[in-house]
Formats: sequence, C-alpha cells, structure tokens
Amino acid sequence: MKRVEALKLLEYQAKEVLSSLGIPIPPGRVARTPDEAAAACTELGPVAVKAQVPVGGRGKAGGIKLAKTPEEARKAAEQIIGMDIKGFKVPVVYCESALEIQREIYLGFTVDRDARANILMLSAKGGMDIEQVAEESPESIARLYPNPWRGPLDFELTQLVFESGLGELARPLTSVIKKLYRAIPELDAVTAEINPLVVTKNGDVIAGDAKLEVDENAAWRHKDLEERYGSVLEGDPYEVEAKNRGLTYVSLDGEIGIIGNGAGLCMSTLDLVQRAGGHAANFCDIGGGAKAEVVENALAVILMNPRVRGILMNVFGGITRGDEVAKGLVHARDNLKMQLPLVVRLSGTREEEGRRILKENGIEPGANAWEAAQKIVELTRVRA
Amino acid sequence: MSILLDASSRVIVQGITGREGTFHAEQMQAMGTKVVGGTSPGKGGSTHLGVPVFNTVAEAVRATGANASGIFVPPPFAPDAIMEAAANGITLIVCITEGIPIQDMIKVKAFLRGYPAARLIGPNCPGLITPGVAKIGIIPQNITSAGPVGLVSRSGTLTYEVASALSASGMGQSTIVGIGGDPVLGLTFRDVVELFEKDPATTHLVVIGEIGGSDEEHAAELLGRGSRLKTVAFISGRTAPEGKRMGHAGAIISGNRGTAKSKEEAFRKAGVAVAETTDEIVGLLR
Repeated sequence: MKRVEALKLLEYQAKEVLSSLGIPIPPGRVARTPDEAAAACTELGPVAVKAQVPVGGRGKAGGIKLAKTPEEARKAAEQIIGMDIKGFKVPVVYCESALEIQREIYLGFTVDRDARANILMLSAKGGMDIEQVAEESPESIARLYPNPWRGPLDFELTQLVFESGLGELARPLTSVIKKLYRAIPELDAVTAEINPLVVTKNGDVIAGDAKLEVDENAAWRHKDLEERYGSVLEGDPYEVEAKNRGLTYVSLDGEIGIIGNGAGLCMSTLDLVQRAGGHAANFCDIGGGAKAEVVENALAVILMNPRVRGILMNVFGGITRGDEVAKGLVHARDNLKMQLPLVVRLSGTREEEGRRILKENGIEPGANAWEAAQKIVELTRVRA
Repeated sequence: MSILLDASSRVIVQGITGREGTFHAEQMQAMGTKVVGGTSPGKGGSTHLGVPVFNTVAEAVRATGANASGIFVPPPFAPDAIMEAAANGITLIVCITEGIPIQDMIKVKAFLRGYPAARLIGPNCPGLITPGVAKIGIIPQNITSAGPVGLVSRSGTLTYEVASALSASGMGQSTIVGIGGDPVLGLTFRDVVELFEKDPATTHLVVIGEIGGSDEEHAAELLGRGSRLKTVAFISGRTAPEGKRMGHAGAIISGNRGTAKSKEEAFRKAGVAVAETTDEIVGLLR
C-alpha cells in the first residue's frame, strides 16, 4: 500500500496559482542568478529576496533578506541561492515588492483526518507564531468544515470571519476565502495556507506568503499542474530518480539501504535497523508483488547513494511466491553488478525455496526480520 | 463466530471482469466465500468465474440478494462504486483500490452519512478475512487459521506478517480486518475494536497501527474504559523522520498527536501491552 504523497509547490508557484484563482499577490520576479535578482530590484524597487524551498522555516534559517537597492538584491541572492535549508538546496529566489503592512491574518485549509473532512481556518493572529497561537489560545482560530459537495455557503463564511474577530473586513475576506477554497474542487489541493494574509496600509488584502500542496493521487485530473510544477521541484536527487522510476522512496541519512513491500512493513524495518544500532539510508516501498523489475529499480536507486554500505530487503509474500522474488533479486543484483552486502528476509509462500536460491547465490537470508536487521548492521559495521 | 463477515454473507465483486477483480474473486471463491455475482457495466448478462455479471449494483442486488461487496476498480471510478453500493443497500463495502484522491473520499464520507447501515472498509486496504469461512479482499488465506484472536491493522504486508506468526504459533484468528492506509477511511480502529468487543468468539486482540492521524489514540481510549479482550498493540514508524512540513495547518489541528510515542503511550495508559517489534506480539498475547 502506497503512502499518500502531495506535490508541494514553491512559494512563487503557489502564488501563481492563487493569482489565477483571483487572489491579489504582490508584484514579484523569479531570479535564478544574482544578476536577475538585481534586475528585479531595478524594476520593482525595494524587494524581499526569498529562498524557494518546499519546506517551512526558511525565514528563521536566513532564507529571506530585504534589499533596497539592486546591489543589495544581488548580494542577497548570492548568499541565498545554493544555500541548504533543511536538506533542500535553494534553486532560485523570488524577489517580491515589500508590502506596507497594517495587520497580518492567518488563512488556511487542510484535511482534518479525524473528521475525515476539510477544515478552513481563519485567525486575526497571523504571522510567524501561529502554531504557538494554536497551542495557547486555540479559540482565536475560527474553524469551518464546509460541505464537500457544495463548498462553503456565504453565511458560513460570514460567521467564520466574525468569529475570528475580523468582522470589519468581512467583505474582502469572504471573497478571498471563497477564491482560496476553489483550490479544493479545481486543483485537488489538500493543504493551502496564506500566512500572512496582509492588510496593507491602503486597506488592500494581499497574500504575503503562500503554501500549497496538491494531492498526487489526483495528478491524472491535473496533468497541466504536474507538468508545470512537478519537475521544477529540486529536491533530493535520489528521491527524484526514484520518482522517475515510479518508486515510493524517502531519503534518510543513514548507511543501510532498506527495501520492503508495503509501507507498514517498510517502516517497521526502519525501526528494527535502528534498534539493532544501525541507521537507515532510505525508506523504499516496492508495494505488493515484489516484481523483479521493481526490485531492480529499487536497488539501482539505493546504489546511487555513496553513503550506502549495505542493503536490507524485507519482503513478505502472501500470494507472491518466495522463489520468484529470490530469482528476481539474484538477477537484479547480477545486472547491477552489486558488490555491497545484501541481507534478505523473505517470508510467505515457498519461502524455503526462496531462501535456498538466495543462499546458493551468496545472498544472506535472515530467518526473521529482527535477525536480518542485526545481520546487516553487523556486516556494514565490519566494513566501516 | 466473527465480525462483519461470515458464512451467510452474500458477496458481489465490483469490477469482477478486470485483471485484479478476476484474480482475487477466484481466491475468494477458493476458500468458500459465497460470491453471488459481480458487476461490470456493459457486460451484464454474461457469466464470469461461474457467477452472473450485472451492469449495475442495483441489478445485482435485485437478482442475488447480495449484502456485501468487494471493489476492485481503478481510482477514477472507485468513489462512485462505493456510493453505488451504499445507495443500493449493500451493508459491507470493502474497497481495495489504492490511489483514490483524498477530496473524492471526503465527498464519499459525507455521502455515506445518508446510509448509516453501510459500513465501508478501506480504501487502500487488503480487506478482511474470517479464516476458514470467507474473505473479501486480498489477504492470503494460506497464512491465516481460525481461532480467537481479532486482528485489526492499517498496514497490508505487516498484517500478513503478524497473521502468519500467530498461525505458526497456534493462535488462530476470528477475523482479520485491514482498515487501510489512507488519511480518509471508512471504519476506524475504534469502530473495529468495538465490533470485536461484542464478538463472543474473540478473546484476544492485536492492533497494528502506524504513525499519523489519531485513530490509534481513539481506539486506545475506548480500550482504556474497560475491555474483556487481552490486547497487544504495535505501532510502526517510531523511527520514521518527521515529514518535511511546509505550513502549520497540520500542526494546528493535530498538535502532538500522531507520533509513535503518543500512540504507544495512549495504549500503555489504557493498560494495553505494547510490542516493540512484531516478533514480540505473539509472546505478549499469550
């Protein structure tokens, strides 16, 4: 079973989308080089130079700098482009006109798993510390669960706005919320956030920042979105390669490559490796079936990572036959000329035959998952 | 005895003529499940795997008296298939399909509120099996055996692994329910635990959860109020890294719930034994 993934848009991409939904955004330019950042500042005047990474907390990490002159913008871009923010190398910066802020509002929606519904949230206490606000004074965040078949009604939005104490802005706010909500039916968005939603000194309501995540399970409905933004995201190279090969893969920072079938089994394998004193280099779920081609793809991606010193594969075959999995694995290893230690825990139908095939071909079969985890930790330690 | 599924369940397979539907319908028949028909729009009137094929669930229910359904149709059509089953009086709907968009499932959940008798299991799940009696879904029957242990899990292969270990040590299962791994699901842990609690044939219970959401916490809370079942819980993902979060919306609504630690603590607080590895489950259950 696959884990649900979301396509996380960068700020400038999310703003492009918001703008297409009719939500006002500040003038801005994407800059790939310091020169482009300087040019953006010449055109727009004073700007905020912002790192574009699909992760929160970039302000605190030094990824946002104010620039009054083109020279300052150039310098800021020099510092920010290529910088590492929580594991993401900053590919581009977004240079955006600075806003004259009167107040900052929080507006967002996400999927509330407990309620099995979308939740819209609005708070007068927008800005950096919204999580603290949620903890200390949850009542200051007004919430609405719109009916998914018809969306929020006007009176529900009016109530939401008044409940959050923003009644004097009822008109512009209900209009912005309605537009933001369109991202659900039109784009299969699962999370969107405008924080801060800025009220300027002129009284305009403008999206100061934007976060948008769309459901990858719905990519078939939104080919344009995937084409436009899917490939721009520069994340971890192994994750990118894994995605191209159709694998569910997450990079971690250890030395033992992990392959498992099923997300739960895969996660419990990570847990076992950690318990045995090792560290997983990745999470790689090859799904049910454990077909030879998929196994080979998974091995290939894991072997790209030079930190990997050994691989642990944990496959439980129910209907899948153990001997077939073993044959496919031996074939994949030979094809890839893999040299690193490989421990395989294989269980299910015809597991004895599968283990025999592995042993004959120099692959360590583990009797159970725990023993297999200990074995790979030992093997990778000896080589270190 | 068992929960949800027994020898009297009359099962149809939605998408019976497809590759997956055919394969698993055959497996279901092989263990004696009463598969009374299937649906495949446009192929009504034909016979497949020895049972009649209907164009719609309405036709199938009229002709066969079906009360349960297994759904094996691709993600673009699965939400409609679930609603079609509910609207036509099917009371046990098992949706195996993986990859259904979340927003579709949110709509389905709202729709199902109009059909309180309909119970949905899944989607993105292995289904359920009452060993030796019947199954709807893809859980391999060869790793199961009949007995007093109820098993409910969010994972697929991990469920097989635990079922297999239980069977190997002579602890058979009353019913195994894979509730699915998606964020928006039909029956929850809590719902299934409640059913096991009422089933006289179930005396032991294994709950296999994973990080994310707070369904495990809710089930733990129920068990903590008093339970006649000897229960062991296992949570996978205790070392999984925190998702690379972008915004705050998730944290605002879930706070600290959802971690392996929070789930394990919730079970311990409820007096439920927590296994640190799947290998420990059998020992703790004895």
